[in-house]
Amino acid sequence: MSILSTGAGELLAQLNRGEITSVELTQACLNQISQNDMNVGAFLHIDQDYALEQAKAVDNKRAAGESVGPLAGIPVAVKDVVCHKGQPCTCGSKYLKDFIPPYSATSIEKLQAADAVLLGRTNMDEFAMGSSTENSAFQKTHNPWKQDYAPGGSSGGSAAAVGSRMAPLAVGSDTGGSIRQPASFCGVVGMKPTYGRVSRYGLVAFASSLDQIGPFGTDVTGTAALLQALSGHDPLDSTSINKPTPDLLADLNQPLEGLKIGVVKEFQADGIDEDVISATDEAINVYRSLGAEIKDVSLPHARYGVATYYIIAPAEASSNLSRYDGIHYGHRAEEFKDLTDMYRQTREEGFGPEVKRRIMMGTYTLSAGYIDAYYVKALKVRRLIRNDYDDAFQEVDFIASPACPTPAFKIGELINDPLAMYLSDMFTLGANLAGIPGISIPAGMSSEGLPIGLQLLGPPLEEARLLRAARMFEQATDWHQKVPELVAQ
Amino acid sequence: MLSEDDIHKVAELARLNLSEQQISELRPQLSKLIDYVAVLEEVDTDEVEPMVHAIEQTNVFRDDIRSPPLPREGALANAPKTDGKYFLVPQIIEH
Amino acid sequence: MDYKIVIGLEVHVQLLTQTKLFTACTTEFNPDAPNTQTQPLCIALPGTLPVLNRHAYELAVKAALGLNCSIAKFTKWDRKQYFYPDLPKGYQISQYDMPMSFDGWLEVDDADGHKKKIRILRAHLEEDAGKNIHDESGRGEDSKVDLNRAGTPLLEIVSEPDLSSAAEARQYLDELRLIMQYLEVSDCNMQEGSLRCDANVNLHIVQEDGQIAPTPLVEVKNLNSFRNVEAAIDFEVERQLEEFQLTGRKWGDPGVMKETRGFDANRGTTFAQRGKEDAADYRYFPDPDLAPVTMTDEEIDAIRKTMCELPADRRERMRTVYELSDYDREVIMNHSPQLSDYFEETAKISGDGKQAANWVTQDVLRELNDRDLAIDEFPVRPVVLGAMVKKIVDGDLTVKSGREVFAALLETGLSGNSLSPATVDQIIEEKGLAVVKDTGAIEATIKEVLSRDQNAKSVEDLKGGKQQAAGPIIGQVMKEVKGADAKMVREMILKIVQDS
Ligand SMILES: [Mg+2]
Ligand SMILES: [Zn+2]
Repeated sequence: MSILSTGAGELLAQLNRGEITSVELTQACLNQISQNDMNVGAFLHIDQDYALEQAKAVDNKRAAGESVGPLAGIPVAVKDVVCHKGQPCTCGSKYLKDFIPPYSATSIEKLQAADAVLLGRTNMDEFAMGSSTENSAFQKTHNPWKQDYAPGGSSGGSAAAVGSRMAPLAVGSDTGGSIRQPASFCGVVGMKPTYGRVSRYGLVAFASSLDQIGPFGTDVTGTAALLQALSGHDPLDSTSINKPTPDLLADLNQPLEGLKIGVVKEFQADGIDEDVISATDEAINVYRSLGAEIKDVSLPHARYGVATYYIIAPAEASSNLSRYDGIHYGHRAEEFKDLTDMYRQTREEGFGPEVKRRIMMGTYTLSAGYIDAYYVKALKVRRLIRNDYDDAFQEVDFIASPACPTPAFKIGELINDPLAMYLSDMFTLGANLAGIPGISIPAGMSSEGLPIGLQLLGPPLEEARLLRAARMFEQATDWHQKVPELVAQ
Repeated sequence: MLSEDDIHKVAELARLNLSEQQISELRPQLSKLIDYVAVLEEVDTDEVEPMVHAIEQTNVFRDDIRSPPLPREGALANAPKTDGKYFLVPQIIEH
Repeated sequence: MDYKIVIGLEVHVQLLTQTKLFTACTTEFNPDAPNTQTQPLCIALPGTLPVLNRHAYELAVKAALGLNCSIAKFTKWDRKQYFYPDLPKGYQISQYDMPMSFDGWLEVDDADGHKKKIRILRAHLEEDAGKNIHDESGRGEDSKVDLNRAGTPLLEIVSEPDLSSAAEARQYLDELRLIMQYLEVSDCNMQEGSLRCDANVNLHIVQEDGQIAPTPLVEVKNLNSFRNVEAAIDFEVERQLEEFQLTGRKWGDPGVMKETRGFDANRGTTFAQRGKEDAADYRYFPDPDLAPVTMTDEEIDAIRKTMCELPADRRERMRTVYELSDYDREVIMNHSPQLSDYFEETAKISGDGKQAANWVTQDVLRELNDRDLAIDEFPVRPVVLGAMVKKIVDGDLTVKSGREVFAALLETGLSGNSLSPATVDQIIEEKGLAVVKDTGAIEATIKEVLSRDQNAKSVEDLKGGKQQAAGPIIGQVMKEVKGADAKMVREMILKIVQDS
């Protein structure tokens, strides 16, 4: 098996055992990028020298017998939405094309402390708004399995990088499914932790009460190791959970006993792809064969999820994006009549259509006369949605569902139908509204040869058990070992 | 359907110069979304407290202890227009 | 025309913290080094997040308690959204519908000298904006933005419209400032912008039919001295009267909106400000980045226990314990809490409040002003001044000699020598200023002086009952016996002349 088709967990073990060096692994990733990224478009920014420098430093540390961090030497690609001091951070937006943050996100500092090799910055939907990575101001990212298909989004660059084995691990952010959906489309593992598990300090905000940073990996073990490194209380984030993170790796290979998995009645709606339905059924059968009890559960307010989400997220976004005013950093229009026109023209030029659409939507639902009918109403329904999950988790350990109603769609297919695009988040955004953890794992292939992901949702703070459940599935199946053609075997 | 005037008002609040073409595209799109989210009306939320945060914690404080500021060059580094000391903006007209 | 003036004040007070409300950046006043006191949050760099300053919150609670407010058991943070170059996030973090405190009051004296309660609607915490500096050249050049101040903690105190004159407004502000200063919540330095005031003013005009016609509401913004608050109110009263007579426009008429006006301190006039186009729609919503704050009764009591005496209570104590005149009391208390402490210590040691007040309000304050010193820097500490005043009270030192001692003490102290009560004795001794209580010696001197030829006429006059003739003789006696008590000398002279 080539270095690239080896799972992230195994690569970490090999690095630790000294069977491969970080420079070898990093170079292999860089080669894969230089051979394929012109077709995939996963990365916005690669600094080869910087990547190799970090790799060399870790190898030297190991060679000198110094203690190294838990991700020592493994390359990690980072979605271009997490500030890294001195590195570009465009958020896929023309507005931030030349923005170089003078500070680093807590996540970046944690990755550095874990001795990870920061490989490069990945493409994304502008300000993480989108489900296809087509809303990047700079380039389209293609699905590594079929290049006329979208990789999903908004963390499409990170998912495609891992899917095409340009990086064994990657960091993404998930506001309504932006890790789990592209993970599903690209055939990799992707996880959204409990809200507050990973610090948001330095994550460029889309919708503050929904955003979470999370890991992508070629396997569950690597994903768990990355999440472990990213997690922990941060005094710089008031919404960070002030509780110790459990050891996510200690019992990872230990199957869970007496597992109860819920299947949501309300999720069995029209419009779900046949291949997705059968892959999900089969995946649930795998759990059944592993001794799990499968139970029907009800999430009575699930059908209001998309509407609730598409009020709250744009409302918060419209506010979070007010700072892009052409004054303190970023783009400024060259021609304008006066100060107010400078604002309008700068924002008009700096933002793409989807971002403007959401700013308009959010501004409208917060404006005088509408806020109670839309925004406040949505906050109330949000609580009912959360209560549904709490009730469901009284009955079952986890909820299983498709990550997405369909496998990857074609590039350009949904871009002019925002509502249809939004509906593709229907299974994932509940976790963001409720603040609970969720994971998508490779669980099948469509008849067209596109990956299908299974989503597992768990109660708050139950990442360790959720990862164990995912690992059980991975050990029983080989979906995670399938790689697209562009990965040389 | 949102009126053209609605769109103009919202665009002004949001500080966006939208072209007539953008407005004619946005109008039906936003209207469709607004119609769609109106489905929430059917949920009885009379007794429900709004949920602002995904996790509910209170009293998150920091101590009143200084840490170093950014050097001025760092503060101004990304600004589109400065004089080396200040951020510069087109004249603010107050009266 | 009969009318009532209706005034409500919004006061912004900067809290005395080391760091900003939501980030660990210094709050020092530093307009000469723009943009040197920012951290990523102050510039609203993408990805930055606010974390609440505990000390700011506690100071706010303390201040609110001082304003007799109730403290909210649950409070949250809201975003007030508008675009302005000094507001880098495009929103201000403030408190909208659940302020941290509410329902307070302050007392002022009304026109008839009666106590009047001015209700306080609410006091809430929020962050300050940065500073815009406009091009004064008239050539329309760029404005400048300094973010040093951005994020500084402010307490916004909103009164009910209970004030009915500029004088009441002034009293309200004086009292509010005193409370903030006594509680050490704010220095209320108006030059540095740590106290700013907006005044909402209109008139309730009694019409011929007895109906009340309210004039359109005006908010005068950014009044940066108490004198300007009074002047702006006085000007608005005249202006609104005239306008009403001209137009008859009333508050509540269709199309009548609240008007925002500025104040021109040079002309003493207010002027219309171009309204922000969308000023009405701030789209307030709860800030998802910040956790709410809850307070238990125990926590509120714990803060209450750290509070010193409020000015109103102190005023009462000044009156009853030290028997000060209203005038002296206001001079001392309005100066500063530090001067009040200084006075009280001096009064306690000397055992005479009135005497101590004389020294503090006249001699000490004069020296502070002349030498531009703060009371904390004044070298003659209460323990020394008190010892000196006690000698006067006990009759061991005359007031006149006291002035000499005081001057000597000050000189000694200013030249860097330490002072103690013993220094007082030393100076009295050196200068021979001790009151001579040896009546025998004084009597001898008096007799000698009376026998002088030059005084023959005075002695005659004295015998004839012209008491004022004693003056020149007292002077001569005092010259001979330093430290004699003039009053005693006078009585002795009269007795000796009569007895002779
Ligand atoms: Mg800005
Ligand atoms: Zn305010």
